Amino acid sequence: MKFPLDKMKATSILLFLLFLSNVSGLLAQDFPPKPNPPRLVNDFTQTLSPSEIAQLENKLVAYNDSTSTQIAIVILKSVGQYDISDYAFQLGEKWGIGGGLNDNGILILAAMEDRDVFIATGYGMEGAVPDALAKRIVQNLIIPNFKKGEFYQGFDQATDMIIKLASGEYTAEEVQSDGNSGGALIMLLVFIFFFVILPLLRNKNDNNNHMGGKGGGVDLWTTIMLANMLKGGGGKYGDFSSGRGSFGGGGGGGFGGFGGGSFGGGGAGGSW
Amino acid sequence: MKKLLIPILVLGVIGIFIYSKAVGSYNSFVQAEETINGQWAEVETQYQRRADLIPNLVNTVKGYADFEQETLTGVIEARAKATSMTIDPTNLNESNIAQFQQAQDQLSGALSRLLVTVERYPDLKANQNFLELQAQLEGTENRIAVARRNFNESVVAYNKEIRIFPNNIFAGWYGFEAKGTFTASEGAENAPSVQF
Repeated sequence: MKFPLDKMKATSILLFLLFLSNVSGLLAQDFPPKPNPPRLVNDFTQTLSPSEIAQLENKLVAYNDSTSTQIAIVILKSVGQYDISDYAFQLGEKWGIGGGLNDNGILILAAMEDRDVFIATGYGMEGAVPDALAKRIVQNLIIPNFKKGEFYQGFDQATDMIIKLASGEYTAEEVQSDGNSGGALIMLLVFIFFFVILPLLRNKNDNNNHMGGKGGGVDLWTTIMLANMLKGGGGKYGDFSSGRGSFGGGGGGGFGGFGGGSFGGGGAGGSW
Repeated sequence: MKKLLIPILVLGVIGIFIYSKAVGSYNSFVQAEETINGQWAEVETQYQRRADLIPNLVNTVKGYADFEQETLTGVIEARAKATSMTIDPTNLNESNIAQFQQAQDQLSGALSRLLVTVERYPDLKANQNFLELQAQLEGTENRIAVARRNFNESVVAYNKEIRIFPNNIFAGWYGFEAKGTFTASEGAENAPSVQF
């Protein structure tokens, strides 16, 4: 009696695993998951060197911090049977590149094996970067560089041009623009809450359990907070104010995450 | 009197239950329908945008004296037909949408023939004005594709909602009907052949 039961269990577990792998396989095949920790430059092909990625990332994160406009770069091997434009819109929509309010996101998507590149503009960027200009950026800045194999230069010049075009279109939200004082204040309040008020409350609740147990230990939140403060190097308090508790953290230097921007089909592309 | 009280109570409870269920479904149908109307407006806007670009395109191309007249008139005629074709947004059924799509697809076909013909005119192809128009046209086609997909997605969700039990009963009471979607256009699988 025991044996068939075990067998059944094993089969069901196997089936479940198969199902899981199937589902995740399907999703992974079509669209890469949102990067975690959030990054603006996502190279899935090792086309760019780590230092080049870091340079682009720093530039784009700084631009996002000052204007709230998110310019993301995604480099893939191939978009498969999708049209590159269609793929770019769906990926941008899925990741939510750009702020949810302004839809000010831009996605530069390059498919290395297809030798296709596309600049997709979010709804809110269609005015700053109309299709004809996006086309010109692709034709004049990206493709000549890509033809020579200088991918970093292509992305660098293209993002510079987009930044120039979009300057003055949006400014970072109130909270973020004076992020240094506001963010620090919130940080301080949270700090007080976790390190002063919570311990006080807890001590009141379980007086007899100062040592060991779950009362005395450092809880998960505190650990995360501490870890983040160590990692962030102290300079990144501003990020804390954005989003619900999304810590800047990570290696890139504090991109707060995509904001849910929407794509309506603006942009242009080309092949090299 | 006491004997009657219980059945009345039971009926009352059932009545309230059905009523609240009906009101809830009605409201969600209306919401879904309004989403579809909004997305339909977006589809029309993008098609209109394309129609608005065409006179510019035709004028730019016309400047090249020897340009084939019949391709141009083909585009102009298809545009006239497509813009005269409007459908009542309250009646987005299968056949209406198919008609709308057919008119627009004719215009797409005429436009792609025009763009293929342009390949034969190197001067025109290098013309900055033409290049920008072409980029705008491509962008508009992309926007049309996105608008159509969004529209289709909401229509599918709406159709599903009004057809499942017990929503189909309520939908029947209120007269909510299934709506049509865009289909992959005929001949989309064979792209226009390029001949030089």
